[in-house]
Amino acid sequence: MPAQLIAGNSAVIIGAMYAGCDCFFGYPITPASEILHEASKYFPMVGRKFVQAESEEAAINMVYGAASTGHRVLTASSGPGMSLKQEGITYIAGAELPCVIVDINRAGPGLGNIGPEQSDYNQVVKGGGNGCYNNLVLAPNSVQEMCDLTMKAFDLAFKYRNPVVILADGVLGHMVEALKFPDEAYTPSIDTTWAVCGNHETRPNLVTSIELDFSKMEKHNFKLQDKYQKIRENEVQFETYMIGDAEIVLVSFGISSRIAKSVVDAARKEGLKVGLFRPITLFPFPSKELKALADTGCKFISIEMNNGMMREDIRLATGCANVDLVCRYGGRLIELEDIMKKIKEVA
Amino acid sequence: MAAKERIIGGHRGIHDQFPRKGGAAITATHYCPGCGHGILHKLIGEATADLDIQDRCVIMNPVGCSVFAYYYLDCGHVQVAHGRAPAVATGISRAEDDAIAISYQGDGDLASIGLNETIQAANRGEKLAVFFINNSVYGMTGGQMAPTTLIGEVTATTPRGRDPRDTGYPIHMCELLDTLKAPVYIERVSLSDIDHIRKARKAVRNALQIQKEKKGYTFVEFLSPCPTILRLDANGVEKFLNEQMEKEFPLKQFRDKSNEADPIVRRPSDFTKASLDRIFGIASDSAPGASPDLTFKAKNVKIAGFGGQGVLSMGLALAQAAFSTGRYVSWYPDYGPEQRGGTSNCTVVISGEPIGSPVTSEPNILVAFNRPSLEKFAPEIRGGGIILYDTMAGDYQAPDGVRIVPIPALKIAQGKGAQQAINTAMFGALSELGDLGISRESFEKALAQSFAKKPKLVPLNLEIFKLGSEAARKEVGAKLKVAVVAR
Ligand SMILES: Cc1ncc(C[n+]2csc(CCOP(=O)(O)OP(=O)(O)O)c2C)c(N)n1
Repeated sequence: MPAQLIAGNSAVIIGAMYAGCDCFFGYPITPASEILHEASKYFPMVGRKFVQAESEEAAINMVYGAASTGHRVLTASSGPGMSLKQEGITYIAGAELPCVIVDINRAGPGLGNIGPEQSDYNQVVKGGGNGCYNNLVLAPNSVQEMCDLTMKAFDLAFKYRNPVVILADGVLGHMVEALKFPDEAYTPSIDTTWAVCGNHETRPNLVTSIELDFSKMEKHNFKLQDKYQKIRENEVQFETYMIGDAEIVLVSFGISSRIAKSVVDAARKEGLKVGLFRPITLFPFPSKELKALADTGCKFISIEMNNGMMREDIRLATGCANVDLVCRYGGRLIELEDIMKKIKEVA
Repeated sequence: MAAKERIIGGHRGIHDQFPRKGGAAITATHYCPGCGHGILHKLIGEATADLDIQDRCVIMNPVGCSVFAYYYLDCGHVQVAHGRAPAVATGISRAEDDAIAISYQGDGDLASIGLNETIQAANRGEKLAVFFINNSVYGMTGGQMAPTTLIGEVTATTPRGRDPRDTGYPIHMCELLDTLKAPVYIERVSLSDIDHIRKARKAVRNALQIQKEKKGYTFVEFLSPCPTILRLDANGVEKFLNEQMEKEFPLKQFRDKSNEADPIVRRPSDFTKASLDRIFGIASDSAPGASPDLTFKAKNVKIAGFGGQGVLSMGLALAQAAFSTGRYVSWYPDYGPEQRGGTSNCTVVISGEPIGSPVTSEPNILVAFNRPSLEKFAPEIRGGGIILYDTMAGDYQAPDGVRIVPIPALKIAQGKGAQQAINTAMFGALSELGDLGISRESFEKALAQSFAKKPKLVPLNLEIFKLGSEAARKEVGAKLKVAVVAR
């Protein structure tokens, strides 16, 4: 397939449309707005549905509605908007509806600024709304993956009837790289066993998250947990770089992992045995794989643009209490030199 | 809620029994005796059956006493978050063009927490029937004040009666929505007694007929009895509705534009690959993609200047030129605190292998359009690097071992009467430096491509490009000696 130079945010829309996404509902917010712009441009060209919602809450509830009809639905936002969407996301998770949500993470808390950060990690990876639920979370690190993982997100969303979040950031959203366009376009079909479409076949169906009976509610919750367990067993995705003989393993996702990879190259040139472990799925987290690495006796440095949220998961996975951390949070990317310095400290 | 409770006068559109409710009393509703919800359920059920639209109807079950409408009404159901019914209904109605979305909401839900969604859906003219139960209180949570609570009315949160100095006045939803252009039908009716219910029945049917014909947004408000919370008996609550509520909320058909309204029909989605390839211009605008070349040393180019000088588009054109040569490229627009301060910059990485960080702190080449950019980024250029800058920025002492090339880019562009083409002149100069491994043809093609939407400007820009490259050639020739000495 031929390639074009494309911005990350545009690649999301390309991936979504080739994946058969039928509806987009969104609200403007930097640095995610280009996704909204591209959707408003391209969706109506092929009869797909686009609405600029009055708020992120409205947008996620439109997603909930369209997802109830069994269609493929997308929304996109950034930190402050993601906070507002949590209400809708917990309803979607509770009612077991499929949808894809793109988070182009910006610096926080509060209004923060529009520079890149990875500080929405906790609110998307750990749930974020009320109740015991999980989103699947995919973390692309290139324009190609902004497209490819958006496509994959739709498959996962429907395989598990669960919200899937693409966690990216302002750099991935705005950077331009080559994109190989998808080889195939998916034509979705509606699963009438659960969808409510306004037709005869689906008239008996009900989409809901309320359950007054405590034991039935608990049973439903257990069923959700079984599903998350299945996801943990089957959907872990990660990438490694030069970890074969590594004494120090950088663990990093998203845009930070690109910088970390450059650091591995630079460190190797200096004879330092450094490798990179890059989780692509943040939920499910590649715990087993990290544990296996830990058992080889290597040291870990978590490289992330927040105060060490993923480090907690690395600690849990590996049982190592002293996982080092190199981080920036406030809108700046992590500097190569800072990682290098830490490597030399640890080595 | 007696077990022997029955729906009086048949039950068209309503299930025979209510197994979803569970419990022993399988034909009794969960509503209190005398509650308006039960009456309205019956009116809606009958209308959906009589209009033969049960298959098409999807009802939003809101947070509130009517959260379990799905126990009773025989059609599709979605239970929704507090106040968000019109947004959810929007999603359903957009996704399924033939679906009839019904947003059934209480006054706390519709007029308080969901007021924004209510007004916006109305203003968009969604294909949506809103049935608004105004019982003047929050029923389910124990009778707190609602936006519709009457002045002086005692509720759980206005124990001394609603005082407008603290809580404002009852909100009139029909009147509010009647200021909007899009709604097709707006009416307020009452469920107080048989006469009123007969009129309410008609309003329900009007609204659903309009939905059946896909004509747009309808809003019907029902003044509705809540004897339990109001602590009134049947007569008392009837009197409260007829004498007090009606005075505050006059019954009226505010509008009926159903005769003029055209059906809203949305075309089906096209999922074919051919259509997608066409809208994304795949055939016309694509390159074979990058291939590895380990002999090529990666180049990081920083381009910086004032906003409006075309810094970002020059970077994109450079990326395009390198990409068409088979290189891996990345382009990243830097936004910092100065984003709105008028300066902008971008980084282009050109490589023979997949690129690590798209943002680099040590560029090989700096293109500076003005003095502040020069001063800010020149110190980052390492030995062996090149700085191209506009002559207007004045003299500048290059860092050790860095080749520095002033280009009269602005003057060239102005000379051609196109000041804004300063970036084209710089692009020409950059092409001349040659170190990027990109042919002149690739530069020119990328330049032309960047004017794809304004092809008329291509010849002029190619001319300016040429002048820029000539200027660079002259400068490089003259400065080479100096650079060698400096090293
Ligand atoms: C976000 C949120 N806030 C509060 C509640 C609690 N709650 C449940 S029902 C209800 C009141 C609904 O009142 P109204 O819309 O007037 O409907 P009624 O019960 O009178 O039919 C409230 C506040 C909730 N479920 N969700």
